[in-house]
Amino acid sequence: MLTTSPIERILRGLAITLVCLFFMFPIVWIFLMSFQTNETILRIPPSVVFAPTLDNYQALITGKLETAAGMLEINFMRNLGNSLFLSATSVAIGLLLGVPAAYAFARLKFKGSEDIAFTLLSFRFAPPLLVLLPLTIYFQQLGLANTYGGLIWVYQLIVLPLILWIVRGYFEDIPADIEYAYRIAGHDFWSTFRRIALPLAGPGIAAAGLLSFIFAWNNFVFALVLASADKQPVTVGALAFVTASGIQYGQVAAGIVLSIAPTFALALYAQRYLVEGLSLGAVKG
Amino acid sequence: MSDAMLRLVNVDKYYGPLDHGVAAVKNINLEVEKGEIIALLGSSGCGKTSTLRMVAGFEAVSRGKVFLSGREVQNLPPVKRNVAMAFEGYSLYPTVTVRDNIAFALKAARLPESEVTKRVAEVSEMLEITSILDRFPSSISGGQQQRASLARALIRDADLHLLDEPMGQLEPQLRTLLRGRIKYYIKERGLTAILVTHDQTEANALADRIAVMEGGVLQQYASPEEIKERPANLFTGTFVGEPPMNVFPASVTAAGGKLHIDLRGDTRGDLRAGLDLIYAESDFAQPVRERMLGKRDVVIGVRPYAVHRAAQGAAAQVVANQWLGDQSHIAASFAGKSIVLVEHDRAVLSEGETIAVEIRPNDLHVFDAETGMAMSHGQELA
Repeated sequence: MLTTSPIERILRGLAITLVCLFFMFPIVWIFLMSFQTNETILRIPPSVVFAPTLDNYQALITGKLETAAGMLEINFMRNLGNSLFLSATSVAIGLLLGVPAAYAFARLKFKGSEDIAFTLLSFRFAPPLLVLLPLTIYFQQLGLANTYGGLIWVYQLIVLPLILWIVRGYFEDIPADIEYAYRIAGHDFWSTFRRIALPLAGPGIAAAGLLSFIFAWNNFVFALVLASADKQPVTVGALAFVTASGIQYGQVAAGIVLSIAPTFALALYAQRYLVEGLSLGAVKG
Repeated sequence: MSDAMLRLVNVDKYYGPLDHGVAAVKNINLEVEKGEIIALLGSSGCGKTSTLRMVAGFEAVSRGKVFLSGREVQNLPPVKRNVAMAFEGYSLYPTVTVRDNIAFALKAARLPESEVTKRVAEVSEMLEITSILDRFPSSISGGQQQRASLARALIRDADLHLLDEPMGQLEPQLRTLLRGRIKYYIKERGLTAILVTHDQTEANALADRIAVMEGGVLQQYASPEEIKERPANLFTGTFVGEPPMNVFPASVTAAGGKLHIDLRGDTRGDLRAGLDLIYAESDFAQPVRERMLGKRDVVIGVRPYAVHRAAQGAAAQVVANQWLGDQSHIAASFAGKSIVLVEHDRAVLSEGETIAVEIRPNDLHVFDAETGMAMSHGQELA
């Protein structure tokens, strides 16, 4: 890219605009929908001109949903809280278990290590529906159905393989000699892991944490089957907007905006951190 | 138990299962005295780095024992061995400055701040890296990283300093300068060091003793002079020395008070006949002569600087003549093979010219053709 002609620049700009439009339009449209009533949303032809209203957000936050058929109680805020709690706890536990495991898989050669790592990855291959029925039965027998603990446990199926495989790659990219240099300077295995391996793999761990948080947040089917209303995350809770008297598009849109806000904010924040971490860690060999 | 700083006893290294995996090091025995500088010299894959890493504790010893200042250490983790190491890949901690990298171990050992500062200043001045102490490893050149890594190892008070190709990335002038300084630094402090290198000039300049390795086997362990003058086998003879030793397969016979060394030339269908070097029997000491005659097939070796042009001698045709500015390298076809001569003056010779070559009996190295082991060097038995 030494010189670019004006035509090339215009074409490139056009292409970028198209791509942005394609990806951003649904989000922008939903954002606009969340400030409209069902009537303005459903009018034909659609228009971007409307009188904005905060009714949808108010209904979600107070938990009182006005429909044509009367007043409906929803606990969207509780669902949001559940989502936050379930995802954050799952990721925290996943990191606690997955990062040392990833280090072991990356650094120590032990019998069957590849098989174990692959088995963990294979959890991601099977469709969740496949394991759902036996899982439900077991969970009911064990008393884990409809508990936070049970859900967090099941969420490890989503979170753990992801963390393990992403972080393992980052650990493998750290030259082993850096750790050796630290160990030979009088430090044991454990402190080498904490003081050298962990900081150097920091960006990778952050990326894995972020990604698995999003995956956990977006999970629907496990929570649908294994949790009742008071333990459900937003993904399942949003079903409440499909009421007897029709779909409440305005509230659905507001619910979506509220529920993507945390992951969106997290992604924006972590992106800055990731870029910083990756450009700083450059290890020349 | 001897009081050697380091002792390797029958050490084997296999990658993969014992006896069936890839053998990187085979049955090595080595002793390093306190205050000595040792070079492990060999080509790539000869096992020298594996040996070093076993001493450091990064590779498990497959079989055998390692003693470090009297303690048996082959089962101890690196942290308990009290060795310092400069890595071939530098391996500086990327998150801290060069200064902190160098001072790392001293700070961890809770040395007083003033002592740390003093030592960092000393070692960085010696290695010419004072100006980059406050930079981060990723922002300095490979040569600078290498010197920082070397400084990080040399600053420590370890029983043993392991230096893996410590000067591979440096420019020739700096390398020559630093060789002298590093040797002085190590000797002045009474440190014991093992240097891994494939550069024989470096090994010769720095080491008190050189361990020549090939194929995982220790070929010879002796002083640089000894290795040059009395190579233990054909490998050491041809590996150490620049340009390499000239070697010719030969057979030795005695007749009428003369000793005939019949150079067989290239046996692979080259029509040119071999060449008969004739010496008086009295040119060789009795035991040497007997040993030579006792073997049917031998290999004769002679260093390029010991091949002289003379008024009379065996004929050779000049193939190439190169003046290097301080010495001439003359390659000539000789006894069906080629021979290289080194002369200190500019030789006026053109291609194809016939010269007479003299090889003095005292400069002959004789090796057993079968085993490659040295039989005699000049007038002495090997």
